Amino acid sequence: MKRDTKRTSVFTRRALLMMGGQAAILGGLGVRLYQVQVQEGERYATLADDNRISARMIAAPRGRILDRHGTVIAGSRINWRALLVAEYTNNVPQTLENFSRIVPLSEYERARIERETSRRRRYIPVMVREFLSWEDMARIGVHAPELPGIVVDVGTTRIYPFGDRLSHIVGYVAPPNEADVAEDPMLALPGLRVGRAGMERFHEPVLRGRAGSVQLEVNALGRVIQELDRREGVQGEDITLTIDAELQQIALKRLGDESASAVVMDCRNGEVLAMATNPSFDPSVFNSGVSQTQWREWTRDRRTPLINKATSGLYAPGSTFKMAVALAALEAKTASPFDRVECPGHYDLGDTRFHCWKKHGHGMVDLRGALRMSCDVWFYEIARRTGMDRIAAMSHRLGMGVLLDMDLPGQRAGMVPTRSWRTKQGRIWNIGDTIVSGIGQGYVQVTPLQLATFAARLASGRAVQPHLTRKLGNAIQPGARTEDWPSLGVADRSLQAIREAMWQVVNDPGGTAPLARLPDRTWQMAGKTGSSQVRRVSREMRESGKFDSEKLPWEFRPHALFVAYAPHDQPRYALSVVVEHGNAGAAMAAPIARDIMLATLQRDPANRTEPPARVAQADPPPTGPRDVIR
Amino acid sequence: MMQRRLWREASFDLTGKILQINWLYVLLLCALAGVGYTALYSAAGGHQEPYAARHAIRFGFGLVLMLGIALIDIRFIAKMAWAAWLGCVGLLVMVTQVGHVGKGAQRWIDLGGFQLQPSELMKIALVLALAHWFHRASWERIGNPLFLIPPIIAVLIPAGLILKQPNLGTAVITMLVGGSVFFAAGVRWWKFLLVALPIPFAATIAYDHLRDYQRARIDTFLHPENDPLGAGYNIIQSKIALGSGGMWGKGLLGGTQGHLDFLPEKQTDFIFSIIGEEFGFVGSLFVLGLLSLIILGGMLIALRCSHPFGRLVALGISINFFLYVFVNIAMVMGAIPVGGVPLPLVSHGGSAVITVMIGFGILMSVHVHRDVEFSGTDQER
Repeated sequence: MKRDTKRTSVFTRRALLMMGGQAAILGGLGVRLYQVQVQEGERYATLADDNRISARMIAAPRGRILDRHGTVIAGSRINWRALLVAEYTNNVPQTLENFSRIVPLSEYERARIERETSRRRRYIPVMVREFLSWEDMARIGVHAPELPGIVVDVGTTRIYPFGDRLSHIVGYVAPPNEADVAEDPMLALPGLRVGRAGMERFHEPVLRGRAGSVQLEVNALGRVIQELDRREGVQGEDITLTIDAELQQIALKRLGDESASAVVMDCRNGEVLAMATNPSFDPSVFNSGVSQTQWREWTRDRRTPLINKATSGLYAPGSTFKMAVALAALEAKTASPFDRVECPGHYDLGDTRFHCWKKHGHGMVDLRGALRMSCDVWFYEIARRTGMDRIAAMSHRLGMGVLLDMDLPGQRAGMVPTRSWRTKQGRIWNIGDTIVSGIGQGYVQVTPLQLATFAARLASGRAVQPHLTRKLGNAIQPGARTEDWPSLGVADRSLQAIREAMWQVVNDPGGTAPLARLPDRTWQMAGKTGSSQVRRVSREMRESGKFDSEKLPWEFRPHALFVAYAPHDQPRYALSVVVEHGNAGAAMAAPIARDIMLATLQRDPANRTEPPARVAQADPPPTGPRDVIR
Repeated sequence: MMQRRLWREASFDLTGKILQINWLYVLLLCALAGVGYTALYSAAGGHQEPYAARHAIRFGFGLVLMLGIALIDIRFIAKMAWAAWLGCVGLLVMVTQVGHVGKGAQRWIDLGGFQLQPSELMKIALVLALAHWFHRASWERIGNPLFLIPPIIAVLIPAGLILKQPNLGTAVITMLVGGSVFFAAGVRWWKFLLVALPIPFAATIAYDHLRDYQRARIDTFLHPENDPLGAGYNIIQSKIALGSGGMWGKGLLGGTQGHLDFLPEKQTDFIFSIIGEEFGFVGSLFVLGLLSLIILGGMLIALRCSHPFGRLVALGISINFFLYVFVNIAMVMGAIPVGGVPLPLVSHGGSAVITVMIGFGILMSVHVHRDVEFSGTDQER
């Protein structure tokens, strides 16, 4: 019995000991709970929110580009696409493999997708395939369980309804590169594009808009449970150009198959109504990437479809330059409109003989006659009297050989040389150089856009700058009114003499451009022809009498040029036409100029400044549901 | 002494026994099951199905079972102790043959839609068998090492079988439960030291022989941040759930970790995280208190019992319950490696509720029969 008592007391002791141990352990759990829940509660609450809240960006719809009448020339179209969110799958290659069985993916595409998924954050979707058909979408939907991580949504893609007819103006968009993404994280969203050329590039910030953001509550699988907060982005603004898309098409059609360009400007304010360049390219090709074959074809074509000839094509202006020489002389008073020069068909300076295009000469000519008949000798003499620096200064003032302040990237300046330019090259400016410059040859090189500007400035007497942007959103940009532009600062009398001569070129029976005459006598055009040699004509060729540019190989034929404005009495439109290797301005460029000018005038019914009806009918901005881009 | 026993015998009909049941204790168990019901209701996103309603039915069934067992004479239970042990060992052997593979281990036997986890029953049977063995032993006999060999074997056989499933956690708990009965029975201190000292060495060797998933479990416990989306995910998410509950919690059904599925196995092993997230520190402390009261009640029944068998049984069952609670809550808080140990009467899971209630039935039987005489065998052999 005593021993039993001993057992009982040992049991009691040890049981109490164990209870003490239990109390200590349970108390420890309680303390730990206090630490985790009360002391560190805030930190864990933040972590819980990090878990459940996922912030996503909403792409802002890109603004459209409209022509002056509100016709869409760059817009957006619905685009069904499949995206991959790496976060939702633990086996990206397997998902792509399964996807390939539904919509085949090339090795190249797969490599791109895997590269992008590894480079971007796991919750940012990566484009797998765009422009899916409705059937593909349905099949992807059916196979969704085998495609973890694949998300289908509807985005937009850039479309250019006018295709290659406006591509050099509108430019194109292409996928952003890493530097773009670093600058604006919205561009990491799938399917977004960045303007790479033309208006798309120049107005990129305006067109792009600003990303919105949305805070979503998601579960552990990333499925959206509810939307907690939404901040709308700013939609990209629409841009209205000065371009008349219809006129642009007419101009292009008139250029036909020639490698040529034509620029139509409003000579009162510099608005460019048409800037046709031929041939061209389809801008939508850049949207999804240019194939190597296509690229090779473009770069090997000697008619240079990728170059905007109107702004980057450099041509010796030939006789179209003569107005600049004459104006420089009149302003410098080195010649008066009535100074007469005898033209025997050539001009001798020391041992060197400079030929007039007309072998037997024009006889005695004054300014009007020299321009009307395009006599070279008169200009040889006047250029010599005036000097190169004055000619260059006047040319620059008229918009040639300088970069114009135009809202289109990629223009070239061309050149009207000065003596100091030659000195800087370590050479000496010869008087002979001045003489050939007098007829727009030699070192003188200008762009068709500069020629049109030149014509516009002659016609208006104002230093108008060519520009393409009419409105950003609803705000009309400065420069739309004549008063926005300063005067050229050239005596009206001098200009008037030039204008009369230009009128005679077209309308006088002795003029060189009867083919440019407009059929309707109420509208009369003033202009000037030009044919610029691309190769020096050797004495042997000239004297053999067999010189016939028509028989030369295409690339050696002279360029055909024409500058003009109309109506003569109240100038409204200026234009330039340059046909590469078109032989003669009078025969090739003048009729084209006539037809384009006629169309321009016809599209401008009685004093129309803005066509009100068409603008009102312009397509409303896209109002479809904004896609939550995940 | 004689008079007291006579009073006992006289009133010891069925009604007397029912009156002897500690109804306050039953109420505590019902409260705990109520907590489980609420948490499971929330785990199902505010629905009875599929967890809460079944939990209630199982608990109801378990409660009836418990009360039935409470009325069985403890002396009869003592007689059946070794038979129960043998039966459970048989089930454990069977489970390695025909058991269902769950999470890489064979643990379940399907008995016509009712899943049985023999390792849980085994622990109760082991407590019974050990209590029976030490019931008759005198202080001197317990001091004799040879006397301890059979009960040690009685522990090691089931522990080994459970380890082979493999289920390290339950095997360790089984040994700890057995050890606590040894300790309470009066086995000398130094013998425990003798067993405990080589454990660190054994552990290093054992680590090399662990299954990959067990080793991964220990590794991720030690460094959960190394693998935040893999195995360490559970621990991290569970702590986030608990911690984000703060002092007062996010309210019933207000928990985001649970409802947005960040919390894995929220209806079973991690049910306590749901409670912590939705009812905060106050709520989890309440549940911890409830569990502590149940453990305390069991220990008090052990202390109050007049015969060694009852004392040891009550203590063993209470320790078993305590270990359950400790392992589960510590696991949820990331204090010990994750193991598939549910929170008794709260977690969803059929056989756990039933086996736990069988244990409480035996505990209650000890309480009801705390003063019965074992025929002449109270003394030493």
